[in-house]
Amino acid sequence: MEAYLDNSATTRCFPQVAALMARVLTEDYGNPSSMHQKGVDGERYVRRAREIIAGNLKVQEKELYFTSGGTESDNLAIIGCALANHRSGKHLITSSVEHPAVLRAMEHLKELGFSVTYLPVGGDGRVRVTDLEAALQPDTILVSVMHVNNEIGAVQPIGEIGALLKAQDHPILFHVDAVQSYGKYRIYPKRLGIDLLSASGHKLHGPKGVGFLYVRDKVKIKPLVFGGGQQGGLRSGTENVPGIAGLGAAVEECYRELEEKMDRLYELRQLFCERVEELEGVTVNGLQGRESAPHVVSVSFAGVRSEVLLHALEERGIYVSAGSACSSNHPAVSATLKGIGVRKELLDSTLRFSFSVDTTREELSYTLQVLGELLPVLRRFTRH
Amino acid sequence: MFQAFLIKYGEIGIKGKNRYLFEDALVNQIKHTLKHVEGQFRVTKEQGRIYAEALEPFDFAETTQALQRVFGIVGICPVVILEDEGFERLAEEVLSYIKRQYPQGNQSFKVHARRAKKTYPMESMEINRELGGRILEAFPEMHVDVHTPDVLLCVEIRQKIYVYSEVIPGPGGMPVGTNGKSMLLLSGGIDSPVAGYMVAKRGVKIDAVYFHAPPYTSERAKQKVVDLARKVSLYTGPIYLYVVNFTDIQLYIYEKCPHDELTIIMRRYMMRIAEEIARKTGSLGLITGESIGQVASQTVQSLAATNEVCTMPVFRPLIAFDKEDIVTISKKIDTYETSIQPFEDCCTIFVAKHPVTKPNVNIIKRSEVHLQEKIDELVQTALETAELIVVG
Repeated sequence: MEAYLDNSATTRCFPQVAALMARVLTEDYGNPSSMHQKGVDGERYVRRAREIIAGNLKVQEKELYFTSGGTESDNLAIIGCALANHRSGKHLITSSVEHPAVLRAMEHLKELGFSVTYLPVGGDGRVRVTDLEAALQPDTILVSVMHVNNEIGAVQPIGEIGALLKAQDHPILFHVDAVQSYGKYRIYPKRLGIDLLSASGHKLHGPKGVGFLYVRDKVKIKPLVFGGGQQGGLRSGTENVPGIAGLGAAVEECYRELEEKMDRLYELRQLFCERVEELEGVTVNGLQGRESAPHVVSVSFAGVRSEVLLHALEERGIYVSAGSACSSNHPAVSATLKGIGVRKELLDSTLRFSFSVDTTREELSYTLQVLGELLPVLRRFTRH
Repeated sequence: MFQAFLIKYGEIGIKGKNRYLFEDALVNQIKHTLKHVEGQFRVTKEQGRIYAEALEPFDFAETTQALQRVFGIVGICPVVILEDEGFERLAEEVLSYIKRQYPQGNQSFKVHARRAKKTYPMESMEINRELGGRILEAFPEMHVDVHTPDVLLCVEIRQKIYVYSEVIPGPGGMPVGTNGKSMLLLSGGIDSPVAGYMVAKRGVKIDAVYFHAPPYTSERAKQKVVDLARKVSLYTGPIYLYVVNFTDIQLYIYEKCPHDELTIIMRRYMMRIAEEIARKTGSLGLITGESIGQVASQTVQSLAATNEVCTMPVFRPLIAFDKEDIVTISKKIDTYETSIQPFEDCCTIFVAKHPVTKPNVNIIKRSEVHLQEKIDELVQTALETAELIVVG
């Protein structure tokens, strides 16, 4: 049996999405910038995807920019806005548990003379709005906080943050990295006070190499990529038409009967958490139930190294992740796990299980059974 | 402008009646290396010289870099080949060669002609004198120095005329394949690829064995070792890499033996297994990257305890090297960046906090008695299930 429980790293592409992309690649392959009919045919797919996503977010179509994925969207939002608004101030605020695409962009800006405040998280993995309020300065121009944390599934209070920022007497832009949450939550940037929002295709059963950035109309932002002036000049380069078409189709499919799907995911998550905690020396990290994202579970296994358990599970067809997959080639201590107060000896013993609409009850039962078998064996052989 | 390379080799020249074997091996290694380079080359051995002649346009930098990885070569001379169209034409070509190669035009020089084609109307001495005179005329800043010239301009008169003056240093050593074959214990660290490189430089063909311990070591750790073997194979030619699954043996030792002896006993079994594969596949020695005192398992006592299980010679080329010196070589042969990727190897996964540093062979042997029941069977299985990957 195979159980793919690494859906926060990436998801399986929906077959109908892949089929649509194959058609765009082999039949309707025109360049939207071409003047002939083939080009018009290609452009139609981009328009359609734009329509779907704009409708889903309840924003204007022209407020969407397609990118190569989450990392580029985060970079464009943060660096693009900082460079365009530096005359209003040079102070930026983010959290200590953001994805490297946000943290590294911030570091880059620090080298360019900006200053950055990193907000800590509490034991629940969340940023405290009071901390944010205290960190605001007259020269703060941008706040970037993720929606759902990729390591433990903590949900940040983005609505409250948005409201706080809008109540300030000078404009402060609000960027939300929604890479882990888009496709699972209904997100309405206008209502939440979000000015910029990043999302990625392959986290929601779409293709890799495509994502989007929502940029509220009138927000000043500068491009990072220069060229033929596509997408209003903010993101030059021939549109990734098959990717964009696939992204649109995946969004459409994800939000069909979303509430039912999420109810089912929460049920699976609940079941998994309860049963995994019945095993000896096992702790589930972070908030539970509806307070957490429906698809991410962080579990610590006392006395077992996460890398070893990961490979042992892999031998049995179960795929999970140690910490955050994006940075797991550099086994550094996770800032998120440390931030929520996971005990030092458990930091290197923590795995992330992440589910999707494809995940079945059988896969989870199988995983729990294999964990039950492996843990005692692995605990017998440890480093002294 | 250069159409060929004259290959200079050192130690081979002194190998007496075996000389042709070494030269043939060198020609083969050069042919093999140049296969991976853009362009067609003809490699020939004639009158005690090896030439690699380009039959089509080629990339000069890429080709010389490739030749610089062929053991046995001490120098690579880029050669300009001219048709024999009379001495006047030759002199013209030589002057334009000097102008191109030495634009400053102020070096000391000496002309060294060799007349292999005895029908050429001028003798060697005459050619030296005539060409020398023309050069002095054309480049008044240059002067003759017959003892230590900056530029030694060689002119060989054969069917065609070969002109060269530059010598790019080669790696030295002896052609791979002229000194038998040995089995390298390749771990994924910095040292073992360097050890393989150094022994191969003495003409030894290399096979390798890697001990894999899933799930304690990952598939990526294995890929890293394959990548390292590929880098080393640029020097050694194709490497047969045997991947041995070591998990069960390791766990069995863990269960039955004192924990602080685990690493030593494990290494003794690695040596036994490596030697067994070596014996079956025609290797005559083992190669390790050990260096005295580097870690607990490489103290003189530990090395003695490990060595005790082997009957084949164990070559440890790094034995007296400091770490920095090893790192320098690994950077030079381009294995360093791969070696430092952070994947755990099977030597470190169960390492004790305080492993024995002065193991006593008799005590170790007594501990190994506890393994009697199953160890032979486990070793047998490990040998039978070893995976062969041909790299390079």
